[in-house]
Amino acid sequence: MAEILVLIDHVEGAPKKVSYELLTLAKTLGEPSAIVLGKGAAAAADKVKAYGAEKVYVGESDDFDGFLVAPKAAAVAQLVTSNSPAAVLIPSNAEGKEVAARVAVKTGGGLLTDTVGITSDLIAEQPIFGGSVVVKSKVQTGTPIITVRANSTAPAEAPGAGVVENITVELTDADKSSTVKERIVEAKGGRPDLGEASIVVSGGRGVGSPENFSIIEALADSLGAAVGASRAATDAGWYPHQNQVGQTGRTVSPQLYIAAGISGAIQHRAGMQTSKTIVAINKDPEAPIFELADFGLVGDLNTVVPALTEEITKRKG
Amino acid sequence: MNIVVLVKQVPDTWAERKLSDSDKTLDRASVDVVMNEIDEYAVEEALRIKEAQGGEVTILTMGPERAIETIRKALSMGADKAVHLVDDALKGSDAVQTSAALAKVLEGLEYDLVIVGSEATDSRMAVMGALLSERLGQPQLTGARKVTAEGGTVTIERQTDDGYAVVTASIPAILSVVEKINEPRYPSFKGIMAAKSKPLDSKSLADTGLDAGAVGLAAAPSQVVEFSNKPPRQAGQIVKDEGDGGSKVAEFLASQKFI
Ligand SMILES: Cc1cc2nc3c(=O)[nH]c(=O)nc-3n(C[C@H](O)[C@H](O)[C@H](O)COP(=O)(O)OP(=O)(O)OC[C@H]3O[C@@H](n4cnc5c(N)ncnc54)[C@H](O)[C@@H]3O)c2cc1C
Ligand SMILES: Nc1ncnc2c1ncn2[C@@H]1O[C@H](COP(=O)(O)O)[C@@H](O)[C@H]1O
Repeated sequence: MAEILVLIDHVEGAPKKVSYELLTLAKTLGEPSAIVLGKGAAAAADKVKAYGAEKVYVGESDDFDGFLVAPKAAAVAQLVTSNSPAAVLIPSNAEGKEVAARVAVKTGGGLLTDTVGITSDLIAEQPIFGGSVVVKSKVQTGTPIITVRANSTAPAEAPGAGVVENITVELTDADKSSTVKERIVEAKGGRPDLGEASIVVSGGRGVGSPENFSIIEALADSLGAAVGASRAATDAGWYPHQNQVGQTGRTVSPQLYIAAGISGAIQHRAGMQTSKTIVAINKDPEAPIFELADFGLVGDLNTVVPALTEEITKRKG
Repeated sequence: MNIVVLVKQVPDTWAERKLSDSDKTLDRASVDVVMNEIDEYAVEEALRIKEAQGGEVTILTMGPERAIETIRKALSMGADKAVHLVDDALKGSDAVQTSAALAKVLEGLEYDLVIVGSEATDSRMAVMGALLSERLGQPQLTGARKVTAEGGTVTIERQTDDGYAVVTASIPAILSVVEKINEPRYPSFKGIMAAKSKPLDSKSLADTGLDAGAVGLAAAPSQVVEFSNKPPRQAGQIVKDEGDGGSKVAEFLASQKFI
């Protein structure tokens, strides 16, 4: 069976959920091989093996974290050239898409981003225009370089051989021209990543103040959810921009999206309307968010959200 | 510092965006178009650097004839001159091909920085900065929420999913900016009048030296096989809070097995 290379997104050897999803998807297309690069890479080998990796290419050089994007792209491109895989799958987050783009140029392969499904003949499905159109695309030249969104496939454990192969990559001066001086984590720990979470609770202008976002966070924590925000809320400085959902923020596609105090402007919808189930809490019965909500509650979030949190905590006992 | 800003004309998000039935490319003819919003932030950032340090701001667009409207807007904000790459042969090019054509034009310009928007609202690929960096062999400084350019060094705060990274490189470098970086200015009346007489250099595919067989829809490395318009989501159940709103929502969540 043809090899499918999967670039693993991980934090010091702990793969993110999306990486397991991609391995699971790769197994439906061929024989998955994992590529793990950067600090702690070797530690990820056993974990990706459990999700079907037949081979694990490990690159532990400091260059992968010390320079932006280009060294990772060089490593993936080197494996594409030496192994001629049937396809390369990369998580469709900001860095993943940039790695993919560079690999496509280096290898002459076609690039597809933001896909949510791939069939065995390597036709990829992409929702566009905020989900109002679905296209099926195919790479015509070279190795398909495809980025896949989180939550597109349910990860399934399926042990692979997990044969580890250490790789060294030849980097050019250009590959080492953007130096990462420092990485600063601003997000509060403990919550799932917005892009990967299966439940997202978002607050908008209706939340009213930065302090009041604590009721949104409390609801999120009761559900094990990530916290999102509308642009009105991030522009006002009530919540970090990293958490903005929408056309100029993150695109999320969770099982459940709860919007509180968000009107549902088209630019906000563009980032969340492919969510499986949508719940809206808004005091204005005319708010456009109700047009796409599976369940809408017309009411004041200041009373409804804390009551909901309490009820969930009670039911979860 | 001499800066080239890449701006793209895109369909207005408010407009109903469609793919054309004949060739499955974006139907750009039938919709209202605007400058890609984040590109206004890119223009603004370039103007601020120029105002502090001197130099020239050049606008570069690849797009059909009517993309001139978008070029004029950038010029009216204060950019000095523009290059418009326009050729029917380029129609239907994908991001990778577009980057090849834009890189060729950039090779013929003198600059210290190239600034692009982090993402276009139509393609939403967010790859142009990386593609140009790869093609030109110049450093990638993308996703910037803050830029400091001093001497020959550029440092950015690159927004990440959980915070930011401080990344630095020497010029010439390729930057992309996110919308939190600044507040773009509105063109003044004077600016709008002045834009009409600013230099606009129109280039064809032949000027780039690229072969017509390498760009455009027929040669695109990735192609749309089919597409379907999804019916809009249907509204579900809407209830009013009568003091029991919290438990009503909880009941719904329980019925859907979320709790
Ligand atoms: C090019 C462009 C890109 C954009 N990108 C994005 C993007 O990425 N993401 C994004 O979100 N927006 C984006 N926007 C902005 C978007 O158009 C809206 O302005 C924004 O989404 C509004 O945020 P909001 O719903 O929180 O605020 P509003 O529209 O002001 O809505 C607030 C809502 O809260 C309700 N409310 C108020 N008080 C309460 C209460 N006590 N209890 C319950 N409900 C209450 C109100 O009824 C109202 O419906 C973009 C705009 C443009 C032009
Ligand atoms: N045809 C084009 N002409 C000029 N600039 C472009 C073009 N396409 C993309 N860009 C630039 O690249 C950025 C990112 O676009 P994208 O990678 O398509 O999401 C945009 O914000 C523009 O600055």
